[in-house]
Amino acid sequence: MSKTPKPDELSKVDYTPPKTGWMDTPAEFKQGMWCYGSKPKNLETLEFPNPRQWSPADEDWKLPENWQEILLNGLKERLDKYRSFKVFMDICVRCGACADKCHFFIGSGDPKNMPVLRAELLRSVYRGNFTTAGKILGKLAGARKLTYSVLKEWWYYFFQCTECRRCSVFCPYGIDTAEITMMARELLNLLGLNTDWISGPAANCYMKGNHLGLEPHTIVGNLEYMLDDIETITGIKIKPSFNRKGAEILFVTPSGDLFADPGTYTAMGYLMLFHELGLDYTWSTYASEGGNFGFFTSNELAKRLNSKIYAEAKRLGVKWILGGECGHMWRVLNQYMDMWNGPADFLLVPKSPVTGTVFENAKSTKMVHIAEFTADLIKHGKLKLDPKRNDHLKVTFHDSCNTARGMGIFEEPRYIIKNVCNHFYEMDEHTIREKTFCCGSGSGLNAGENMELRMRGGLPRANAVKDVVEKYGVNMLANICAIDRAALPAILDYWVPGTGCTGVHELVANALVMKGEKERTTNLRGEPLNGMEGQE
Amino acid sequence: MATLEFEGKSYDVDEEGYLSDWQNWNEGLAGHMAKLDGLDLTQAHWDVIRFLRDYFQKYQIAPMIKILVKEIGKSLGPEKGNTKYLYELYPAGPAKQACRYAGLPKPTGCV
Repeated sequence: MSKTPKPDELSKVDYTPPKTGWMDTPAEFKQGMWCYGSKPKNLETLEFPNPRQWSPADEDWKLPENWQEILLNGLKERLDKYRSFKVFMDICVRCGACADKCHFFIGSGDPKNMPVLRAELLRSVYRGNFTTAGKILGKLAGARKLTYSVLKEWWYYFFQCTECRRCSVFCPYGIDTAEITMMARELLNLLGLNTDWISGPAANCYMKGNHLGLEPHTIVGNLEYMLDDIETITGIKIKPSFNRKGAEILFVTPSGDLFADPGTYTAMGYLMLFHELGLDYTWSTYASEGGNFGFFTSNELAKRLNSKIYAEAKRLGVKWILGGECGHMWRVLNQYMDMWNGPADFLLVPKSPVTGTVFENAKSTKMVHIAEFTADLIKHGKLKLDPKRNDHLKVTFHDSCNTARGMGIFEEPRYIIKNVCNHFYEMDEHTIREKTFCCGSGSGLNAGENMELRMRGGLPRANAVKDVVEKYGVNMLANICAIDRAALPAILDYWVPGTGCTGVHELVANALVMKGEKERTTNLRGEPLNGMEGQE
Repeated sequence: MATLEFEGKSYDVDEEGYLSDWQNWNEGLAGHMAKLDGLDLTQAHWDVIRFLRDYFQKYQIAPMIKILVKEIGKSLGPEKGNTKYLYELYPAGPAKQACRYAGLPKPTGCV
């Protein structure tokens, strides 16, 4: 893969559109802007069509002869099945309100990254094949035929959308471009056209329960190393349970936090918090993934991968489910799980055993977001906190797209951070809450080979971070998403070097005063506390 | 599929040169991969590679960095149990470069 250009070069974004019209400008596959193609073994595992060795850079994508028929049939099936999709294909008036709201357009200047035009790539084929005006008037009615070149354009640009839905916030019709991308990706998957960064984790999840492919003994082993560190730091030995029948709560979190820094510190935060509360909970080595890369593939696969969460809750006989810090995981849990795999009538409406709070908002899914759970603990004064331990940090909060726009979690993480840190600063109001800018790597685009795309997509978020770094000396970006924790460190190193990235529960655990703990001299990362503790 | 030629044999590798099947690995191949990167493998490099291979046999995944650091520290002394030491050995990152020489696949997901 090509080397990513330097920030000063990349930040000179050229917004001049090509001289030719968009239908006459085929996609040019630029190195660093796309991910490797799905490997046959992963498609075979998932029982997906057309497993073969291929590269998006090849001229011949090794498609079945009737690939057009497959796609058009697939399109028709989805238009019939999903009313929203049909509406989104019909109602856009091309007002352009969305055009400059996409992080990929802002960072690349490529007009096909305007949400309106990205959708138009699919809409034009819809018109050409399914509307009378389009069939008769063709290009005049914004219609076109499905050619090989169009197919390649779909692949290139629908894997340059992170399904973040920022554009939808600004659309007067509320067109959900993420749903359009999801449909386009479903269609591409009918021909075996996925990226391996998505089909790899999805295959792992299908076979082993989580994206990384962590075996049960690996999960336990990884957590044991974290527990050793916790003991070194706090003097407290924690013994969590795994796959324990009869536990009150099943805890499910993205597997990234069980493997990669800085997510591992977030996982240590969960372990410490639950121990301090004496929570009757269990980890599962079967439902060992909260995230769902199936969701970046097709609804059918997302449903398949999601089904293990309720299945495990039922098998273990828990009362309700608590979920960790993850982004797209919550879009699936909050908006799809109950419909796909519910009703979970064997579970109870979640009730905090510590505060007695009943989470009415989760009464259908029976699954509570940990930010809500912890904010409630703090509100009821159930945690002893020493925010001074986080005094070396000046923190800002990045709203993860899916928890923000997908379920409206705005206040809880902020409330937690303000209680565990003394220095909190908001980024510009147009870049947070429902208008938050994506990390630029969501929806399975957090690979290594598409680094230029990721840096371009991360530019608007990084710009807002840079602003608070310069204004207030912010040095830590908190978030509640595992893809954020995996993706943002690279984006910050590139655009705003010196700014760290953390999960919210790492901050909680650092401030948490635990019963019987020894005087802490380091934080969870093993960095000295600089004598901050106990000082005014 | 890309291949790597070594001593008259052809090895399937992915786009970034990771061996497709970790069981096709041999020590000579690791040395050859390193040479192509302009690196001579020393005993210190081998300590890491051997640990990675042993770990992978047991767990079917590369160890998380925390484990690698701790275990190297345990077996080779605390002065080596840190990421700085590992990055000196493997400038492109122990998770990537050392895993590639050890014939292990690259972890994927939220990492």
